[in-house]
Amino acid sequence: MADPILTLSGITKTFPGVVALDKVSFDVRPGEVHALVGENGAGKSTLMKVLAGLYHPDAGEIIYQGQPVQIDNPLAAREKGILLIHQELSLSPELSVAENIYLGAWPTNALGVLNKRKLRRDAQAALDAMGCSFGPDDRVGTLSVAMQQMVEIARSQAFSANVVIFDEPTASLTDTEKDQLFTTIRGLQRQGVGIVYISHKMDEIFELTDRITVLRDGQVQGTVTTRETDATAVTRMMIGRTLEAYFHKADSTFGEEVLRVDGLSLQGQFEDVSFSVRQGEVLGFYGLVGAGRSEVVETLFGVRKADRGTLQWQGAEIPLPTPRQAIDLGMALVPESRKEQGLVLMMGGMENTTLPHLASYARSTVMDRGKERATFDEYKDALSIKTTGPDQPVSTLSGGNQQKFVLAKWLCAGPKLIILDEPTRGIDVGSKSAIHTLIAKLAEQGLAVIVISSEMPEVLGVSHRVLAMAEGRLVGEFEGDAMTEENLIDAVSHHLARPAAE
Amino acid sequence: MSATNSITKAGGHSSVTRLLMRNHIWVFLALTIVVFSTASPYFLTINNLGNVLTQAAFIGILAIGMTLVMIDGEIDLSVGAILALASALAIGLQDHIGIWPAVFVGFLSGAALGFLNGTLVALSGMHSFIVTLGGLIGIRGLVFIYTGEDALMVGDFSYTEYPEIYLGPISLTAMIFIALALFFQWILSSTRHGRETYAIGDNIDAAHDAGINIKRHKIINFTLCGALAAIAGILLSMRLGTAEPNAGKVWELWTIIAVVLGGTRLQGGYGSMWMTIGGVLTLAVLRNGLRLLNTPNYVELMVMGTVLVLALLIDKLLSRQEA
Ligand SMILES: Nc1ncnc2c1ncn2[C@@H]1O[C@H](COP(=O)(O)OP(=O)(O)OP(=O)(O)O)[C@@H](O)[C@H]1O
Ligand SMILES: [Mg+2]
Repeated sequence: MADPILTLSGITKTFPGVVALDKVSFDVRPGEVHALVGENGAGKSTLMKVLAGLYHPDAGEIIYQGQPVQIDNPLAAREKGILLIHQELSLSPELSVAENIYLGAWPTNALGVLNKRKLRRDAQAALDAMGCSFGPDDRVGTLSVAMQQMVEIARSQAFSANVVIFDEPTASLTDTEKDQLFTTIRGLQRQGVGIVYISHKMDEIFELTDRITVLRDGQVQGTVTTRETDATAVTRMMIGRTLEAYFHKADSTFGEEVLRVDGLSLQGQFEDVSFSVRQGEVLGFYGLVGAGRSEVVETLFGVRKADRGTLQWQGAEIPLPTPRQAIDLGMALVPESRKEQGLVLMMGGMENTTLPHLASYARSTVMDRGKERATFDEYKDALSIKTTGPDQPVSTLSGGNQQKFVLAKWLCAGPKLIILDEPTRGIDVGSKSAIHTLIAKLAEQGLAVIVISSEMPEVLGVSHRVLAMAEGRLVGEFEGDAMTEENLIDAVSHHLARPAAE
Repeated sequence: MSATNSITKAGGHSSVTRLLMRNHIWVFLALTIVVFSTASPYFLTINNLGNVLTQAAFIGILAIGMTLVMIDGEIDLSVGAILALASALAIGLQDHIGIWPAVFVGFLSGAALGFLNGTLVALSGMHSFIVTLGGLIGIRGLVFIYTGEDALMVGDFSYTEYPEIYLGPISLTAMIFIALALFFQWILSSTRHGRETYAIGDNIDAAHDAGINIKRHKIINFTLCGALAAIAGILLSMRLGTAEPNAGKVWELWTIIAVVLGGTRLQGGYGSMWMTIGGVLTLAVLRNGLRLLNTPNYVELMVMGTVLVLALLIDKLLSRQEA
């Protein structure tokens, strides 16, 4: 077996109030894909940021290509051949693809004048090596998320990386794009690159990786060979208990119809969408990323303006609302992107949670801190949020824990209809089932719930009824025994296989 | 497959429309020129256009520095005060150390104050709005102390003859403005420092992660901005032959207006000297045209204010379409 190209031993990193990494040892061999898994806040991203020169460890040693090294800054890491593909993409949208690939290391002459020819030629070579369909001069802001990710990965070719770290790379990719990514990763693997792969998706981990290292509360629980283990064992290492492998479907009696949508259309996004949802019902929306599901619910919530369509709220026809009106009616939308929507990054988790409902937390105009604190504690426990306290700025929370505060913020409003768009994206397996349980509980309390998900087991597991969507159209509705994976796949692929109507 | 195709590239506009959308200010400028040409027979004369260019040069040179700082995502409110100080020093010191040494000291004062602004912003983490607002007040105070609250007069009148150098209808002042603008456009588009200016304003985290030295970078741009403001001040002192303590008052606002009018983004990451030239010329043409039509001063201000809001509105609408 090849010697490790990179070995970390005894790495410790503390932040005020948390030991993010506690004497972590970890190694990567050339040509392997090494999975790093653990709950939200376990320390995965922190460990990789140490490797990428973004954080300096308090203690511990890094051995790279047989030599002890110090990684002082991101550029040093990249020059050594260690490349981090961030959890949140790290690109400048206004700059070109070529400029982004070489960001911070542009070729210049002695006077600092850019050698644009060389920059473009080198970038083209890197893109060719990966089989990208876009060119070095394209502006990054005009590319899709998947293509932007390819731009980051192209850096591995440009800097002839020996170690490439992927931090939850598939969170916003479609299935086709994910397959492309895996092909790229296997290509890197063949070149002898050592790969670290962070993900919460067990199927991906078992499809792609050779070894798995599990982190819990900043400590390594163990490293296992993927072939010799299974998802149950890995999950047990992650959360310290066995996870019940079934979904908890709400056991509710359906009440009055809360929302009915008729013929909702928005040019270029979706066509003629009609459906309804009742009290106590969980309605699932299944479809691939890009099918138009998010656009539909954003329109219901007034974020987008529909071209056509009518809306009935609790039996009465109403005009399409603005977001403020939607909130006042009793709708809540938990959007899919936590970064842009929803959180004030400098504020603490408690203030973020109560922000949209300040009126109900104030006595006349003075905030009732005790009541706020109670809400905070309630959701911290219900969603097992890892935070040092109500005032820790959410910007310093791990990605998954930020996501949980977005959820908490909308849940505590006590809405009549709650729309959850990819509620478990980037959330660890343990908390995932906590969120599923919470969804069931909400429905049992009589709320109408709409859940959008690209994960079939999830959408089938939590919903009473599922709508399948493809290319902006509803292509199937399934209930009871008809709710099967085959039926959903059939409905979606059948539609996609048809030649486009226009 | 079409599901992925539909999201591969945002927007379906041709490169020509995109070019127009991103350079709307030149369309706007052309419109104002057409309007004033039909309204006043004097407007479209070589002489008058030469004048417009000279009048535009002072705000223009300030705007060059402001553009650099604004693409970085910062702002410099002290440029008007730096201009006044440089012009006061350039004139006030002449009797003691001679013309060119005085000019040089004036120039250095601007560069040094810019450096100070940049260092404070980069090292303290304070917002540049606050730092340079302090600069605006403090430096203006310095000017009043130095001039003793009176205008300084030039002793050697050969000093005021340099701006009388003309190439055809184009004054030396205007030439310097154009040359500086072209030079800094080249810096922005072709040097590492220039492109990194965009990278920093656009996504400071990405720039930091890529190992770009953000602090040094910002200090350089603030220094350039201060130095350019000093150049504008020196040129102004040559043109007027006096240095008033109130010179350049509220010019920082006109400068910001010109830059923003051009289309450079206040949040940073986007803009160019071409846009800024467009914005500066549009402001100058408006002012000149309105004066030719004998518009009262307060009406002029109202028109300019309206134009600013309109231009930004157009910009907003266009960029929304592009997205
Ligand atoms: N800059 C910081 N300041 C304070 N605490 C931090 C900082 N960065 C991370 N932490 C804390 O360190 C812990 C580990 O965070 P990290 O981002 O490494 O988790 P993660 O394993 O990547 O989780 P996720 O799966 O949610 O992305 C968390 O408790 C987080 O709040
Ligand atoms: Mg993380």
